[in-house]
Amino acid sequence: MDTTRRDFLKVAAAGGAAATVFGFDLAPAYAQLRELKIARATETRSTCPYCSVSCGVIIYTLGDRAKNVTPQVIHVEGDPDHPINRGTLCPKGASLEQDILNPRRLTKPQVRRPGKTEWEDISWDNAIGEIAQRVKKTRDETFVEKDASGRTVNRCEGMAFTGGCTDTNEFNYLVVKAMRSLGVCYLENQARV
Amino acid sequence: MSQATLEIRAISGHAGSVPGAGVKRELEVCKLIDTTTCIGCKACEVACLEWNGLTFSETTFQNSYQTMPETAWNYWNLIKFNEHERDDGSLMLLMRKDQCMHCEEPGCLAACPADGAIVQYANGIVDFQQDRCIGCGYCITGCPFNIPKFSPQARKVFKCTLCADRVTQGLEPACIKSCPTGCLHFGTKAEMKELADHRATQLREHSGFAKAGVYDPSGVGGTHVIYVLHDASDPEVYGGLPADPHVPWTVQLWKKPLKWLGNLAIVAGVAGVFIHYLRYGPKTVPEDLQGGKP
Repeated sequence: MDTTRRDFLKVAAAGGAAATVFGFDLAPAYAQLRELKIARATETRSTCPYCSVSCGVIIYTLGDRAKNVTPQVIHVEGDPDHPINRGTLCPKGASLEQDILNPRRLTKPQVRRPGKTEWEDISWDNAIGEIAQRVKKTRDETFVEKDASGRTVNRCEGMAFTGGCTDTNEFNYLVVKAMRSLGVCYLENQARV
Repeated sequence: MSQATLEIRAISGHAGSVPGAGVKRELEVCKLIDTTTCIGCKACEVACLEWNGLTFSETTFQNSYQTMPETAWNYWNLIKFNEHERDDGSLMLLMRKDQCMHCEEPGCLAACPADGAIVQYANGIVDFQQDRCIGCGYCITGCPFNIPKFSPQARKVFKCTLCADRVTQGLEPACIKSCPTGCLHFGTKAEMKELADHRATQLREHSGFAKAGVYDPSGVGGTHVIYVLHDASDPEVYGGLPADPHVPWTVQLWKKPLKWLGNLAIVAGVAGVFIHYLRYGPKTVPEDLQGGKP
């Protein structure tokens, strides 16, 4: 059979079309995978601030703590090396990132004056000063040196102290020293750290 | 790009061989959900939202602890709460973590016409590539578990990725890590099957659940998310878990025989025209009609 150049081209074109239809697509196909968002983030160990279980968490912050970086929390998850939770978290603990990055989060002390309905901002120095004045006043007013039967008790019944769950052993040691020296008996916290 | 770290097994809408498939050895991963020890705390839901950066959305109260009726395009992991009355009249509150099952033979991938929009990695994870998704929604019809969800904002379809970004880097998925009761497990498929069988045996022999069993439906070739159920004979009571899931026959018919028949018809048409041309040559107009042209 004689094949002209024209016929050959026609056959080649038809064959190429058939090959494409039946699936010989040589274009590369790749799937792009999202990068691990915490790959080079800074890991900081911390304690969940909610309940007394005091689960260990790792807080991931943007950057490697270089001088020119302002770290920002990007992710929080359980600390697998923590003996209490071993990496797990409850729904509240799992949402800690939302707790930190929250427009409603209080980042400075506030005071509500007697009779007022509004909270006002106060500096840390002023806050500590006011608290010290009230502690002194309350202690002077409610300190009991001797009870009804004349026994020396040296206690202050007008104050109580509660601590949070992230309070460490060392912190609680200082709390006990300070509060007992004031005569405070009602001393409690939920820390199990 | 880190695509080299996860070997691809199958790609949606892709003709011809899959580049790199079957070249490397890779373990198949699996998520095991022990519904018998779930307390419905929803830590997995929150961990999923947190890791994947999904925003919190407002929900409506449905007279149940369930967060919303179904998973959503921005809510991939949902605990389904079901009050179930047993034969002896006692009540059980069944809780099942609903998310993508990562089927061995994924219906979404079969139905998807967009090249590379749905990818199955060699480790079993089925992942959507939103940059290639055309938003047609065929994957939604292909899924027997009602998982892919269309986003009207993005005009793309989203679902659970089994935290492919974490798994690639050797981490467990976010939901698995958070689970405080240890009802979620993660490992290789073989290990998880063994653990699931062990737990089901324990339930049958020591806990009075005579019908306890493992849910790893063969209708979709097995899944990379498996359940331990109190009563494996009736998975429907766990918030509509299909007893025998299959890729819908319409999708199968359309994507297999009809697709090939259609391709064949096109090629046969072209070939027929060509053969006709070779045999009879170009069309000649009879001489008596030549003058009739306007």
